[in-house]
Amino acid sequence: MLHLDQIRRKLEAERGPRYWQSLEELAETEGFQEFLYREFPRQASEWEGDEAGRRRFLKLMGASLALAGLMACTRQPDEKIVPYVRQPEEIVPGKPLFFATAFTLGGAATGVLVESHMGRPTKIEGNPDHPASLGAADALTQASVLGLYDPDRSQTVTRFGQISSWDKFTSHLREALADQKAQQGAGLRILTEVVTSPALAAQIQAVLKAYPQARWHQYEPAHIPLDRHYKIENADVILALDSDFLTSGPGHLRYARAFADRRRVRGERTAMNRLYAVEPSPSPTGAKADHRWAARASEMEGVAAAIAAELGIGDKAPVPKWAKAVAADLARHKGSSLVIAGPYTSAAVQALADAMNQALGNVGKTVIFTEPVEARPEDPVASLRALTGEMQGGTVEMLLIVGGNPAYNAPADVAFRDALSKVKLRIRLGLYEDETSEACQWHIPEAHYLESWSDTRAFDGTVTIQQPLIAPLYRGKSAHELLAACMDQPERGGYDIVKSYWQTRHPAADFEGWWRKAVHDGVVPGTAAAVRNAPAPAMKAESRPAVQGLEIVFRPDPCVHDGRFSNNGWLQELPKPLTKLTWDNAALLSVATAERLGLQSGDEVELQLRSRRVKASAWILPGQANDSVTVHLGYGRTRAGRVGAGAGFNAYALRASDALWSGGGLELRKTGRKVQLAVTHGHWQMEGRAIVRSAPIEEYKKEPAFARHMEHAPPKELSLYPEIKYEGHAWGMAIDLTACNGCNACVVACQSENNIPVVGKDQVAKGREMHWIRVDRYFEGSLDHPAVHHQPVLCMHCENAPCEVVCPVAATVHSSEGLNDMVYNRCVGTRYCSHNCPYKVRRFNFLLYSDFVNETVAMQKNPDVTVRSRGVMEKCSYCVQRINAARIEAEKEDREVRDGEIQTACQQTCPTQAIVFGNLNDVSSRVAKMKAEELNYGLLADLNTRPRTTYLASLSNPNPEIEA
Amino acid sequence: MEPDQTQIEPLTLGEQRRAELVGPGHSFATVTDKISSIVLTRKTTLGFLGAFTVAFGLAMMLFYTLAYVVVVGVGAFGVNVPVGWGFDIINFVWWIGIGHAGTLISAILLLLRQQWRTSINRFAEAMTLFAVACAALYPIMHTGRPWLAIYWLFPYPNTMGLWPQFRSPLIWDVFAVSTYATVSALFWFVGLIPDLATLRDRATARFARFAYGMLAMGWRGSAMHWHRYETASLLLAGLATPLVVSVHTIVSFDFAVSVLPGWHATIFPPYFVAGAIYSGFAMVMTLAIPLRVVYGLEDFITLRHLQNMAKIILATGLIVAYGYMMEAFTAWYSGNEYERFMILNRLKGPYAVMYWALIACNVIAPQILWFGKLRRNVALLFAMSLVVNVGMWLERYVIIVTSLHRDFLPSSWGLYSGSKWDWSMYIGTIGLFLTLLFLFIRFLPMISIFEMRTILPQAEVKEEGQ
Repeated sequence: MLHLDQIRRKLEAERGPRYWQSLEELAETEGFQEFLYREFPRQASEWEGDEAGRRRFLKLMGASLALAGLMACTRQPDEKIVPYVRQPEEIVPGKPLFFATAFTLGGAATGVLVESHMGRPTKIEGNPDHPASLGAADALTQASVLGLYDPDRSQTVTRFGQISSWDKFTSHLREALADQKAQQGAGLRILTEVVTSPALAAQIQAVLKAYPQARWHQYEPAHIPLDRHYKIENADVILALDSDFLTSGPGHLRYARAFADRRRVRGERTAMNRLYAVEPSPSPTGAKADHRWAARASEMEGVAAAIAAELGIGDKAPVPKWAKAVAADLARHKGSSLVIAGPYTSAAVQALADAMNQALGNVGKTVIFTEPVEARPEDPVASLRALTGEMQGGTVEMLLIVGGNPAYNAPADVAFRDALSKVKLRIRLGLYEDETSEACQWHIPEAHYLESWSDTRAFDGTVTIQQPLIAPLYRGKSAHELLAACMDQPERGGYDIVKSYWQTRHPAADFEGWWRKAVHDGVVPGTAAAVRNAPAPAMKAESRPAVQGLEIVFRPDPCVHDGRFSNNGWLQELPKPLTKLTWDNAALLSVATAERLGLQSGDEVELQLRSRRVKASAWILPGQANDSVTVHLGYGRTRAGRVGAGAGFNAYALRASDALWSGGGLELRKTGRKVQLAVTHGHWQMEGRAIVRSAPIEEYKKEPAFARHMEHAPPKELSLYPEIKYEGHAWGMAIDLTACNGCNACVVACQSENNIPVVGKDQVAKGREMHWIRVDRYFEGSLDHPAVHHQPVLCMHCENAPCEVVCPVAATVHSSEGLNDMVYNRCVGTRYCSHNCPYKVRRFNFLLYSDFVNETVAMQKNPDVTVRSRGVMEKCSYCVQRINAARIEAEKEDREVRDGEIQTACQQTCPTQAIVFGNLNDVSSRVAKMKAEELNYGLLADLNTRPRTTYLASLSNPNPEIEA
Repeated sequence: MEPDQTQIEPLTLGEQRRAELVGPGHSFATVTDKISSIVLTRKTTLGFLGAFTVAFGLAMMLFYTLAYVVVVGVGAFGVNVPVGWGFDIINFVWWIGIGHAGTLISAILLLLRQQWRTSINRFAEAMTLFAVACAALYPIMHTGRPWLAIYWLFPYPNTMGLWPQFRSPLIWDVFAVSTYATVSALFWFVGLIPDLATLRDRATARFARFAYGMLAMGWRGSAMHWHRYETASLLLAGLATPLVVSVHTIVSFDFAVSVLPGWHATIFPPYFVAGAIYSGFAMVMTLAIPLRVVYGLEDFITLRHLQNMAKIILATGLIVAYGYMMEAFTAWYSGNEYERFMILNRLKGPYAVMYWALIACNVIAPQILWFGKLRRNVALLFAMSLVVNVGMWLERYVIIVTSLHRDFLPSSWGLYSGSKWDWSMYIGTIGLFLTLLFLFIRFLPMISIFEMRTILPQAEVKEEGQ
């Protein structure tokens, strides 16, 4: 007897992908259980019990899935194979190679260099030649390498969930297209994410030409139009209206670099730029601002109008004093000021910002308008709505969904998922068998960008040819190959498609050389979008009514973005820059609002917006605008994979297409239940301790060594032990807190360089996260308008290291170059070193966190770094493997290690170059110079630890006309 | 041995004092009969078997826990970063502390010729031994890789020329605890030899005769034997005496040597030693009171004994209270912001309940022992001893957890609570302790027979005659 509703409920409650073959299996009828019992060993029993059993089960599952998919890679063919006697050029075992390609998010590319060990891509770094990277890479970009090896990625072509093949698919496709051909493709629709790839766009155009009645739609839940960029390096005064330009959005790495460069007071540079930020929810940009005001999203227009009015735009209105001062400051810097309206602000705010920039003469100087970078710019929501309408109308017979996940992330009022069932033939190309694949007949596994040829464009239009680092692990197909199949070329490879497209664009005789160079450099010269004149600001953009009561603000998540990285363990476990939450999103509330509503962090609340409801957990965030609730998108996935399943709540369920980024009328009800959230840094304040030291620049000019007066480091002579001399190298690091914006790039860089395991939500909640570098976040000042400080903390490599003397087995010892080394082999795990570390940077393998079983995940590991087993302590090594590699190189060439030759992973990726590493014995090294600065201080130096990692105190540049 | 003639003359002063230590009407023979009968002739009651089964069951739970932790990892416990030590080290210090009373009684009180120690000496020593056995499990099991920790912490010559870090207090701990365990075991066994011979002579069962005979090592009670015995026990007492002070001093170094506020304090050694004796005597009392009732030993473990122990508990309790006071005072007087925060956090932070419970148990509760009448109330003393045991456990909890959970950088602050495996190991070691104790009571004389005979009033006469 089958109870269908019971089965449905069961499937809904299921975590992770559930493969089922029959309804009997789902119902777990007795007969089926018996069959199963006879047929298979009871592995599922591993699920029961506690975390250890569960982990083991996941590993077993992972291994079997991985093995299933990895046949092509790891097993040797039956034919006779021949080892190479002569080594292929450039491949030296143990030496990594770097290949240029690009990572694309929302259509905007970040150029990257991918480190490859013997054909395995292991780590992603920024491409210094690429305009959007300049050598840096953000957390999402770097974590994408883990996505490549995700054993939960879809691995085979499936039809109705049953394993099928590419050949069967193409023959089916051919038949279906033949039908469409007859009616000129009237029933054919293609839905993609926002396309910037010139080759893909050309392919789509070719399909549309062959099927003139067919239509192409694009949808992306958080698309930012690529038609302008900023020259932060030219701006002295910046006003950011709900804009997190430093850590998110196209070009943010470049902006962050330019912003920090203009803020460093060093040598002859004595002036800093100044940043004003007005925003509903604290962002890293707001945290970096010299003045920050919290304003509800619905008030943003009023704020913009008030400042604009002061600048002579629009009607004069009563203007608050601070807005007057901001406007005056902007007006004083005509041509070197900049007003940035965030991409999620209303059209009116954006128009006001344009008008202000126009009036201030900033266009062409700090703000550059360009031709759109997108292949076909359009409003993605309108495009999806039009498609959904057609689908409901029954005119769509065949739908090709290329990437994206519209069944999950479509606006709540666009019934895409329901309309999908009206389409006769639904074909999906995707990395995962996700919510959208579930509703399609055909699912084609998509090749990861590190497995395929393609091209893409940066925020300024610069093209990168993407090259694969590895053959597709799961025989995935790229969008290019799927579209080629639509043109009856099912066997045409991505390489051929992309290369021949560029041959048409560059038909010169030197094409081969040009191509080689373009692929090698990761940048195609001369492809930046053309600059155009400023658009006439549309002043009469519709004004939105004022919002009474609670408003809701939607934002893409700083870690999992729109949900596409849900199954990425690095990103799920990455503490969000302001809340330090992991594995969850939350409804962020200001302190006053939470008090008024009687809420505490971790309370479960029901959010109701226009009769749509979702249960969320409340989280109090100082600095949030009052009566404004921020929720992050990308959580609450039902088919994310084993990592992302069950994390957080789905904010898309509340998001309507007319209130994409904010809206009024939110009702919030406390359910009385508590939700366990895993935070890595629960405490807000510094407790009056001199941890992050900061001062306004005026104070610094009066007393440059203010940071050093905040401690009493004991003199060196006080020690009973003789002073240790470091001959040769003495490694050290300096971190400039003025530059750090808390973006988390260093955390992921370290994780991928040093094989740091992911431990899971329950372990993070217990306080067992493993990150070697963490970014501490402190609030200062009032609860409503706090200043926010970020401070990266890693091993200080103390010269008087307290950890070393207490280790009973001498597993942590000092090297002759001053490194505090950790000898994993020797460690027995007493954890005494961690207790005696005042910085608490040591991390312990309480359980077997590293994955030794899963073969795909193992491929990501850096072969130069030990994978730690259970029961040993670990911590930052200053990337000792990089130090050794550089030293060996230098010895081979019989020279000294050059300054800057060794870059630690965190330093390499830092967008603002806040981290500098080098030899302290070399007085001309950058790090030695930084340490000689008067801003330099050692954290907790009063304990006489004499840290090798030191900080440069943070400087700010507040406007003296505005009271703090 | 013939019973002596009943004394008619009034008792001498020495005899009077002795009379308080032994109930009236006892002769050499009755003492021997009474104590040896518990082992040799008393029926094993259902009550004993029931209690033993429970204790043994708990000990099995301990072994299950140990196996689980070895297989899964130390993460089964509630420890984390920043609180990397939890129940493991709390219980280690607790058990080691308990052991101290046994050594104090057998060594220091022997040297000080405190004859009242005699009747409680044997089982207090056994308690020491079993407590050390329980304690020793923790430092091994709390490590991430116990299978290596168990021998890497010892300095042994090896081909890699690797030695332990002699600057680490954990290494000092290894020496202190292993010496302590060795000396305690030797002392206890040497003291048992004459009684084992008595049991050998009295046992009727063949196997018992054989087993006790083997253990008695050929003791015949000759004058030479007695001479050597006395010399050996004096020597061992001399060896054990510094251990009373040194073991817990070194245990306190585990904390005092670190840089952590709340641990880094010079008061720790005396404060820990006093606390150890305090908790040890409380445990002796916890065991002695039921034993004397169940086995009818009120004549041997008299009110005088209990009163004396109560006085020691009161005295050491006051030292411990002074330690708490000085900890707080030094924190304030130092002017160090971390120290000050630490003490305020203890008083008002998330573990304030623990702290105030500790003050109630260890500082306020023992004050009732000032009153003689209350000191003679056996039920009250028993309750008191349990309170002190709990209080001393809380003390270690407060010292370890509250110091660790909020140290220098607020970004790393965290919370701690024991997991179910922490509890099962703790309760399991109590089970192991009781199992060993039950076996001891069943198979060995829990009171030293020959020493008891020397404190009978009759013995006084003979001594004076020498």
